[in-house]
Amino acid sequence: MKYTLAVLVENRPGVLTHISGLISRRAFNIESIAAGSTEEADTTRITIGVEVEDEFELDQVVNQLSKLINVIKIINLTYVDSIQRELALIKVRANKANRSDLVDIVEIFRAKIVDVNRETLVIELTGEEAKIDALCEVLVDFGIIEIVRTGRIAVSRGPVPAKEM
Amino acid sequence: MRMLGAEAVIECLKAEEVEIVFGYPGGAVLTLYDALFKTNFPHVLTRHEQGAVHAADGYARATGKTGVCFATSGPGGTNLVTGIATAYMDSIPLVAITGQVGVSLIGKDSFQEADICGITTPITKHNYLVKKVQDLPRVIKEAFYIARTGRPGPVVIDISKDVFNDTLDFEYPDAVELRGYKPIFSGDASKIDLVVTELEKAKKPLLFIGGGVNISGTSQELRKFVESTGIPIITSLMGLGCIPCDAPQHLGMVGMHGTYAANMATMECDLLLGVGVRFDDRVTSLVKNFAPKAKIVHFDIDPAEVNKNVRSDFRVIGDLRWSLPLLAEKVALQGLQKWQQETGEWNKLVQEWKKEKPPVSELETAGIKPQAVIEKVSELTKGDAIIVTDVGQHQMWTAQSYTFKKQRSFLTSGGLGTMGYGLPAAIGAQITLPEKPVVLFTGDGSIMMNCQELATMADNGLPVKIIVMNNQVLGMVNQWQRMFYGKRYSHSSTKGCTDFVKLAEAMGVTGLCVTEPEELDAILEKALKMEGPVLVEVLLPATEDVLPMVPPGGRLDQMVLGGVF
Repeated sequence: MKYTLAVLVENRPGVLTHISGLISRRAFNIESIAAGSTEEADTTRITIGVEVEDEFELDQVVNQLSKLINVIKIINLTYVDSIQRELALIKVRANKANRSDLVDIVEIFRAKIVDVNRETLVIELTGEEAKIDALCEVLVDFGIIEIVRTGRIAVSRGPVPAKEM
Repeated sequence: MRMLGAEAVIECLKAEEVEIVFGYPGGAVLTLYDALFKTNFPHVLTRHEQGAVHAADGYARATGKTGVCFATSGPGGTNLVTGIATAYMDSIPLVAITGQVGVSLIGKDSFQEADICGITTPITKHNYLVKKVQDLPRVIKEAFYIARTGRPGPVVIDISKDVFNDTLDFEYPDAVELRGYKPIFSGDASKIDLVVTELEKAKKPLLFIGGGVNISGTSQELRKFVESTGIPIITSLMGLGCIPCDAPQHLGMVGMHGTYAANMATMECDLLLGVGVRFDDRVTSLVKNFAPKAKIVHFDIDPAEVNKNVRSDFRVIGDLRWSLPLLAEKVALQGLQKWQQETGEWNKLVQEWKKEKPPVSELETAGIKPQAVIEKVSELTKGDAIIVTDVGQHQMWTAQSYTFKKQRSFLTSGGLGTMGYGLPAAIGAQITLPEKPVVLFTGDGSIMMNCQELATMADNGLPVKIIVMNNQVLGMVNQWQRMFYGKRYSHSSTKGCTDFVKLAEAMGVTGLCVTEPEELDAILEKALKMEGPVLVEVLLPATEDVLPMVPPGGRLDQMVLGGVF
């Protein structure tokens, strides 16, 4: 099963390496990992998507991560009502003939075209992973040149921040 | 006070009440060694950095204090890696201070540069790279705090050469403020009530003692609990000594080379109280067959140990210094008489197992029996010595045959199984306990892995007694090849050309040799009485196995007990 963890860590060099290294050497599988600064200058928030067998294995991931000195808090957002998003930039082949078809698709997905030239378009899309997957699938017919995805980030609904959960 | 970074390191060590440092100088730590010289701070020069880190580890295991070692950058640091991993696996408090190349040279593949923080990340509790002199006091304070609190472990402080030469206004912080590190001492007392209830219900309870009891120094508390309940005991390798091995309830070590009684009791018990154990695979064999009839209770300080290897039904997370006295107290409040009657049958059964199969090999071969060597030393030292081992057959024979009586009296590399650990660890123990007999059991394979430390031992006048169990093979490898690889002895013979007596003499250690069974007792007695360091080489037959043995993947009650496998 897939789980989403929000990990608050001290903003120190090497923290991301510690976290990803620990997960991989304990033989757990990282699906996605995204790190960025937060409302507190000395805190970094890392969103980790992990795929594990069961809750026992997830407990191990959480407990092992908790042992890292720079990890302040780990919150399991899997069962918390939360908003999950990912950003993707997709470069796709386009010519005069099919460009308007592409524009239609972009509109349907509420994506944005952020670069146009004679041969290609770059499309920016934020949304849940499934939505991005869906757009990529449709664009295959046009010829995808490259895809860049950030990995998922997540925030809970309601007034309580993760650090107080 | 204004001082050099190197001087500040020494001031920090004094503030942490460090008594002695083991180390090896080099380019990146020259200023630090200059500060050692100027302050006359106690330091032992080992002959290899690996010797320094194992010595610091042995010191820590024997005393319960934090061991400290120094090494230079690059190869100095990488030579510490085995020792750091050894300490990590056995939860030993250790602070390793390494030099790093100058700040402007970091990351440029400079001379003697290695990314020690990167290399040691998976084998340390935490590590630091110090690039600014102002950070030194805080970092060192934090490092010692992290190393010795909670579940202890090694911490590496990698300090750039520039930092040692830079100056600062020294002030040592009083307190540590780490947002992400709040070690728990006391846990949830109601969990202990649950354990007491389970214990009352149990008809076949069994106490499983691990290294956590040694580390937390809670042998006394545990003894109180054992005395009031009369519960039978098994131990892991790391738990030996916490309860005297000759106590009637003590069934011996459990697992791959565990005793018949301990392994049978594990298969039959209905409640297993694991105290400071991590259910290593050498203990459990196949996890699904481990203690199949029992509910499992797990006492541990580290929440990450829960359900890591064996799933437990009840768990008490907290320091054993908190949980064990509370358990003993709550159990004492219960009317135990009726319960002791109910568990009487069980206690009788385990005693029968204990009598039925003595824990040593019955193989009838000519020559000196390894168990006889250990038993004689056990008799001569009366359980009062610090016993150190290397890794291999001699280690298991020692675990099986020495009558340990005190906590912290058995120093051995359990988790990592590091050959070469013993000699330097014995140095670390003897230097802090000069009056205590320290005996090292080692093999002809293991001793060679750090034999250069014989010189350290001699130069420091350390009266360690070394028993080299020489069977001219890498014994454990040889045994496995005999049992599981069709007697194809691939590269497991040491060929026997090394003269260990001469090796000892060359390094300044008295050398003795035992070749005949009749000489054994007299020479061991003589060696233990002699002043200064002594190495006794004992010639053993190569065919002697460590038995009983649970073959890998087997159940604990499927032991090979004797005979030729």
